[in-house]
Formats: sequence, C-alpha cells, structure tokens
Amino acid sequence: MTKTGAQVIWEVLAKEGVEIVFGYPGGAVLPTYDALLDSSIHHVRVRHEQGAAHMADGYARASGRVGVAMATSGPGATNLVTGIATAMMDSSPIVCITGQVNSGVIGTDAFQETDLTGVTLPITKHNYLVTSADELGPVLREAFYVARSGRPGPVLVDITKDAQNGKTEWVWDDRPVRLPGYQPDLRALPEEYQRAAELINNARCPVILAGQGVIMSGAMDILREFVDMTNIPVAETLLGIGGLPASHPLNLGMMGMHGEVWVNNAIQEADLLLAFGMRFDDRVTGTLSTYAPNAAKIHIDIDPSEINKVVRVDVGIVGDLRETLEILMPAIERGDRNGWVDHILEQKSEAAERDIVGQPEGGQLYAAHVINDLWKYTNGEALIVTDVGQHQMWTAQYYRPDKPRHLITSGGLGTMGFGLPASIGAKMACPDEEVWLIVGDGGFQMTASELATCRQEGVKVNIALINNGYLGMVRQWQEFFYDRRYAGTPNVNPDFVKLVEAHGLTGLRCTERGQAESLIQQARETEGTVLIEFQVVQEDNVYPMVPAGAKLNVMIRRPEPNPELASEV
Amino acid sequence: MLQTFTVYVEDKPGVLNRVASSFRRRGFNIESLAVGHTHKPGISRMTIVVEADGFTARTIEANLYKMVNVLLVENITYDDKVIRELALIKVRTSPENRLEIFQTVEVYRSKIVDVTTESVMVEVTGPTAKIDSLVEVFEPYGIIEMVRTGVIGMGRGPYAPTISPEFVEAVVPEEAVAK
Repeated sequence: MTKTGAQVIWEVLAKEGVEIVFGYPGGAVLPTYDALLDSSIHHVRVRHEQGAAHMADGYARASGRVGVAMATSGPGATNLVTGIATAMMDSSPIVCITGQVNSGVIGTDAFQETDLTGVTLPITKHNYLVTSADELGPVLREAFYVARSGRPGPVLVDITKDAQNGKTEWVWDDRPVRLPGYQPDLRALPEEYQRAAELINNARCPVILAGQGVIMSGAMDILREFVDMTNIPVAETLLGIGGLPASHPLNLGMMGMHGEVWVNNAIQEADLLLAFGMRFDDRVTGTLSTYAPNAAKIHIDIDPSEINKVVRVDVGIVGDLRETLEILMPAIERGDRNGWVDHILEQKSEAAERDIVGQPEGGQLYAAHVINDLWKYTNGEALIVTDVGQHQMWTAQYYRPDKPRHLITSGGLGTMGFGLPASIGAKMACPDEEVWLIVGDGGFQMTASELATCRQEGVKVNIALINNGYLGMVRQWQEFFYDRRYAGTPNVNPDFVKLVEAHGLTGLRCTERGQAESLIQQARETEGTVLIEFQVVQEDNVYPMVPAGAKLNVMIRRPEPNPELASEV
Repeated sequence: MLQTFTVYVEDKPGVLNRVASSFRRRGFNIESLAVGHTHKPGISRMTIVVEADGFTARTIEANLYKMVNVLLVENITYDDKVIRELALIKVRTSPENRLEIFQTVEVYRSKIVDVTTESVMVEVTGPTAKIDSLVEVFEPYGIIEMVRTGVIGMGRGPYAPTISPEFVEAVVPEEAVAK
C-alpha cells in the first residue's frame, strides 16, 4: 500500500509496541507531526527536547521497553544531545527520531541544519541518516533492534523532510532483522567457564560486584540462587541497586566513592571479585593501582570491549549475564564462607542506622533523615527517581529497594536535570507504581519547565525537593579540597511552593522532621503532581567518601557528633 | 609495538568516519589506514596499523567489533602475511647523477614512471622498511615530493579470514552500493 514516509514512521512505531512518544515539533519534522493525528500513539509535548530524551530514558529504565523521543532538526535535535549521552553512558535503550532538512540542501548550511549523525556519532550505539521514504521502514526496525539487543543503548534516526513527505510501497516485514556485522551475543569458550568455576569454588573471601547488567538481563532470580548457594556477599554499583533485594542478608549495599566502609573493605580484602554486568567505573574502583590487590577477577559482561578495559581480569566471559550464570551454575559448589561473611558484617553492624539516629535534630532537618523517612513511610516500595548530587548518594545509601527497576538515576554521565523528566517518563511507563522524585534545588531548576508537562499530562509524580541552598556536592568538594571557597555554588532560589502552584500543582513545605510523615502522607493522597520542599541543613556532607587518588578503603569518615562512627573500622 | 588489523566493513556512507572516530575517542593513534573495495560488492576492506600493546590491541579489536557496520576484524600482527605499501617519490636529478639514480631504481626493483630534465618520479612497492630505505638513499639528491598509500596486508596460504555464513551472504541494499 502506498504511504508517505511520515505514515510509515508511526506505523513502524506502533508495530514495535510503542505507546508513548515524547517530543517537540518543528519545521523539519512537520510532515511526521501531521501524520501523528492519524496514529493511536500518545504524544507527550515536552517543554524542552532534553526533557523528551530523559523522559524516553526514564520510560525505558522503568519498563525495560524502548523509549522514544522526537525532535526537529538543528536546535531541536542538538537539545537532545545531553539526554542521548546520558542514555549511552547508562546503556538505556532509546530511539531518537529527528527531522532533517531536505536531502537536496544538506551540506549547504540550510536553516536549522545540523549534521546530527556527525554530532551524535560518539554518543549513540548507532545512528542513521535516512534520505528516502523507501529506507524508512527497514531502518526504523533496525534502530529498535539495535537499541534493545545486546548491550542496549540509544539509536538516532535522522530523517530528511523529503523522506517524510516521499511516497513508498510499504508492508510490515516481520522477518528477523539481519545485520551481518552486528553480533550482540558472543558465547564464551567452555574453558573459560571451567576456569571461572575453579576460581569460585576455591575462593575463601570472594565478593560479587553486581552491576546494572543483573537487572538488564533479568538475572535477579539466578543471582539470588547463586548467592544463597555460595554464601558470597554482594556489593552493588549505583545502577546495580535492586538487582538483589536490599533486605537480603548478603547484600552489602553500594560500593565505591560513597559506598560504606565495610563494603569497600570487603573488596580490598577479597581474594576473588566476581564482576557481574558492571564496568569498573572510576567511581567504583578508586585508584586502580591499589584496587583489590589480592583478588583474582572474573568479569562477565555482554560487551566484549569492557573486558580488560580498565581492570585486568583473570577470566573474562562475554555474554548475557542470566544465560551465563545458568551455564555456570551446575559447576559451582555449595559454599560455607561464614567466617568471611561474619568478618564483613561485624564491621557493618548497625552503622547505617546509627548514622541516621546519631545526627542531632535540634529542630533542623537532615537530608539523610528525610530520605530514610521516605523509605519508611512508602514501605520501601516506591519507584524512586533521582537527580544528580548529594541527594542522589543519600538516596543510594538510605532508600533501600527490594525490587529491580525501582531506583532510576543518571550514573555514568551524572546529568543534573535528569530527575524530573525521567520521573515523568517512569510514571508514564508504570502508571500503577508510586513514583517519587528525589531532587536537589540545583538540578531541579535545570529542567523545572517540565512541571508544565506534569500538569498537561495529569501525571502524578511526588517530588521530594532537598533544598540546601547550594549545589551541594560541588560545595562539599569545595569544603574538602578548596578551603571552603564556595565559587559559584550558592543558589538564589525561587519560592518553590509558589513555582509549582503557578503550574497548577500542589506545593508543600517541610522545615522540621516532625512534619515529614504527615506531609509525605498528604503528598501521596493528593491528586496530581505534588512537591514537598524539604529545607535541610545547608552545609551537610555525604559520608563516607573516598577522596580522589586514594585507596578505595581509605575514606573520609563521618565526623562528630557520631563518635562511634568515627571509630568505625 | 605496531599492531596490524584487517577490518571488513559495509561500504556505506560514513563508515570510515565511524572507524576513525572510534580510534580518536579512545585515544588510539593510527599509524596508517588504507581502505578499498573487495571482490564482494558492498564490502570494503581496511588495513589499520596502530601503535599499541597487547591489551590495547584487544580493546581496539573489541571496539571495532561493536560497530554495526563492521563485519569482521582480524589482528594479523602475528600471522604469516604479506605486507605492502606503494610510494611515489619525485627526486631532483642532474645530468651527472641521473644514471646513478636509474641504477638505484633497478636495485630496488622499482620503476621510473615520469622523467623531466630536472626530475624523475619513482614508483616503489614493498614492505615499509624497503620504502624507508629507498627514501633514505634518495634524500641526498633532494626529494621534491612524496606520497605513500599506507600499508595493506594479507595472510599467506589458500585461506581468507574465517567468516561467518551470515557474512558471506551479507545483504547489502542496492542504494548503499550506489552511493
């Protein structure tokens, strides 16, 4: 049947199971927007294209499905760039569709022309420039396939206006996509599995480093089985949180720069590290030359280029983590490592709880208290989205989810402004979940324009705004390493309650801990998006912390008034 | 040490850019890169030489493999192979030294492809070391200009790189070939 390229776009999206597209129209994408009116797909008009990319990303992370963002050429497309780079660093499957000027004027610096395939080359898993309607169907199918398969990632399809307007004979081709140069699943050799099994069976002090790969490959159940059988404790990366229930006795919590001391100690003392779907980010390893000096290392990852990239490993297995663990399991012996586990847990004891309890209240509000309260009053079941900074680390420490895909956060790129749009995307992907956005006063203002999108879509996101009047994490570094010279970090903020009210949404304010419970409950019961501004202690810090250049377990500890913590091992 | 890769890629617009961009982004310095068609329509072959240790070479290989348009990557550094480079060298001549230069060309089994009263252009093929050596010999006469293709390489014996059946019947859209 003869269709226009624009019609083909929406039909392919529908066939790929897309229900929602986040986008912003403009000149070069007009034909596609015209055809939108005849499609059943819901379009969310964002307030800035960066928001569209983050919403698609949040949608993808919450649901595991591919998120879709759409924008026009030139400035519309370049506004997507931060969102695409964010998705690339965190392996999030999104497809971005951009309009492009007519193919005849490409290269002439036409109005709103940007070489977007050139711009996004290093920050996409793959990208395409489509100049004829005939190519559109196959290319879009490929784009979805590439985005979601193997190590997922963002794919950009740049479509010229004449390709959108052009006529083509199009039929849906449901044969598998054939990409001869693309091999997302590479199976490891049996010898590798054997060597891995030997190392595991002989290890006395092993630690599992669980990354986002656990969640992406759906390896939660088999990981738990593996852990229960071998009695090996698990440290999580930021994006790996939720891969094993936080309440599991062998889940040590987050490792790395702001990981707890017992977690990093365990890694440094280990005789074997099992890296499952993680990539040894510098925020996780600290100084490489002193990282886990006594440990043999097994690395399982779906991306062959991650093996031996920064940490030299003894065994590298390339493959889907769930499938790999299924193959590995029969060769693994039941283990009793109680001595090792007790040694770690002794250091842990009640330190995290004590930290919360230990802080003097005196009418002041601490961010750690707020987040712990939020965890308590939502029964730890909310889908949490964060922005980037101190609140993000406090969330990773004190909101302990038992389910995967319940902590959505920008890890690799650390994108401030990610939170609000990502939380909208997450809520639209999972309307039955209670979604809470935990966000700082700095990052919130980067994409606060999307409050209008909340109102427009009638979407209910609960926002816990942790307002400390600073760009807190940067201020913390200035306090520690730049002699408290607070350059550029103090915030002159708007009245946040009035700001959300101006958007037709509900704003609440919390200044002391006693109010937290009732305000949190009020927010949960109120229809539509609600923001609670928590006015917290201004110069509070995230502890513990590995300073740059230090060994992983040489950390800046919590200061007084937590004397028992200062003496923590 | 110098690592030599043979890379089969789809002959599509922008593929060279993708490969080059990947090297640039990860900070791998390309010594030489040569690209041209193969006997299979729609498939090009690159020979890339990079200064790298063994671990880095492995990373380079894996990063190339990740690219959707890259069909096959082989590190042929340690293989039994033939490596060749082509150079055109324009040398200044005088009636006194012309014969001497002609003899040198003979010794190197190279060819004179252009002659003027003041210069000759020499075409030479061979491994990089041979070309380097000829350049050194010509240096005292005065080299006016020179161009080299970069190395191309191929393993010896009646085999091609092990290629998957998928690769052999790689479907290449006609419009991609036309471009």
